[in-house]
Amino acid sequence: MERRVVITGLGVVAPNGVGLEDFRSALKEGRSGIQFDQQLADLQFSCQVSGTPPIDRENLSKYFTDLELRNFNSTGILYGVIAGLDAWNDAGLKPSKDESPDWESGTIFGAGTSGIEKFRESIYKIDAFQTRRLGSTAVSQTMNSGISAYLGGKLGLGNQVTTNSSACTTGTESVLMAFDRIKAGKAKRILAGSTSDSGPYIWAGFDAIKVCNYKSNENPEKASRPMSASAAGFVPGSGAGALVIEDLESALARNAKIYCEILGGNLNSGGQRGGGSMTAPNSTAVQKCVKDAILESGIEAKDIDYISGHLTATSKDATEIENLSSALNRSGKDFPYINSLKVSTGHCLSAAASIECVATVLQLSENFVAPNINCEDLNPEISAIIDEECIPQKLIKKEINIAAKVSFGFGDVNGCIIFKKYS
Amino acid sequence: MNKEEAIQKLKEIVKPYVKNEEALANINEDTDFINDLNINSANLVDVILDVEEVFDIEIDADSMEKMRDVKFALAVIEEKLAAK
Repeated sequence: MERRVVITGLGVVAPNGVGLEDFRSALKEGRSGIQFDQQLADLQFSCQVSGTPPIDRENLSKYFTDLELRNFNSTGILYGVIAGLDAWNDAGLKPSKDESPDWESGTIFGAGTSGIEKFRESIYKIDAFQTRRLGSTAVSQTMNSGISAYLGGKLGLGNQVTTNSSACTTGTESVLMAFDRIKAGKAKRILAGSTSDSGPYIWAGFDAIKVCNYKSNENPEKASRPMSASAAGFVPGSGAGALVIEDLESALARNAKIYCEILGGNLNSGGQRGGGSMTAPNSTAVQKCVKDAILESGIEAKDIDYISGHLTATSKDATEIENLSSALNRSGKDFPYINSLKVSTGHCLSAAASIECVATVLQLSENFVAPNINCEDLNPEISAIIDEECIPQKLIKKEINIAAKVSFGFGDVNGCIIFKKYS
Repeated sequence: MNKEEAIQKLKEIVKPYVKNEEALANINEDTDFINDLNINSANLVDVILDVEEVFDIEIDADSMEKMRDVKFALAVIEEKLAAK
């Protein structure tokens, strides 16, 4: 029997807010988390601003033991564990204290790469003939599944514990994989999410191909400009987002707070054909992804009230709007509200989609559309397709019944999830 | 350095890795790192790296194998210090 699937917990570590409360107020205020980054400047990056989450190091003992923090050098695991444990706690769940694991609960927590600083530190030791001095956690901090392994151990999870990886689509994919597994009755709840390391060794490749905005180093808060005519590339960011995805029956049985329902979604790839490439999406595949998500969800395109865009502030923003407009067959004033969280967080890479899912669920469940700052000079290619009013530059309070989250990633991979207010 | 001093130094080194505080308080020559102190076996590597640092010695792979309890750890430390 197919099960209904809901969201019962949220956790977030974002450049503009750590913890749900801080993140919610940043969202509503349109508060930017993008700052000048001295390390990037010292290393002579073109882009010298970043969205790095402000972590309170004093507080870490809530999440890690002293022993775990010895020789610890993986920001991705740090962010992911904070967001993941916060989401579990927000869902009213406790770590399994039992010797027996919790067979009904698992985690699908994605990452682009893990512990790149730890990896660098290790490589220096290896090359200095000091391999024997790497210590006991060089593997667990640098294996891609490090984040799901840390979370699985802390919570005592006995269902599937894995890490998915699909570039910027990672977080959307993790939520949909969790959705599928729960819908099929193979798990009661899954901690879904994704994380990304911070720092120059993660971001350098993007700086090298000049997809980051290097024209606003003096003006960090203005540097991320999705949908703007003066958009000049994305701002690199990092962090983690986490969502507890749960079987409706199980959520009701334990009287959990329900943020919303997941109606369905779709993942596909453009196969790097038909205009798609390693770095650009195949428009046909994007449209098919959105249409298939709508079909699976049993709604109609006209029912969508709000879209959380992928919208990174590159030249592809207009193409994204064009694809969404075609897929929904809606344009002008008829188009749903849309915004890009990246305007205030930068592009958090493998963490982007899960942080954006958290933002989408907050906007849906609390009836507001966050302001899309830095868009006073809307790209005319975009305003030719959809009305300016669809892209609010001030906070809008609005009843949202159905929201869509779209993500597109390197490798020509796409994801779309349909969320609905629970009733 | 006498045996008692060496045990006290060892006690400080293993402290962060120990899961059984009571056994740590009663640490003696017969204490086994894994069975008595419940130190995670992967962490034994870290203990040995810390021993190297504190005593300023280098412990080869064969000696590492033997350092499963306090008695052998003391013997290895003594041997390496004597060889300096």
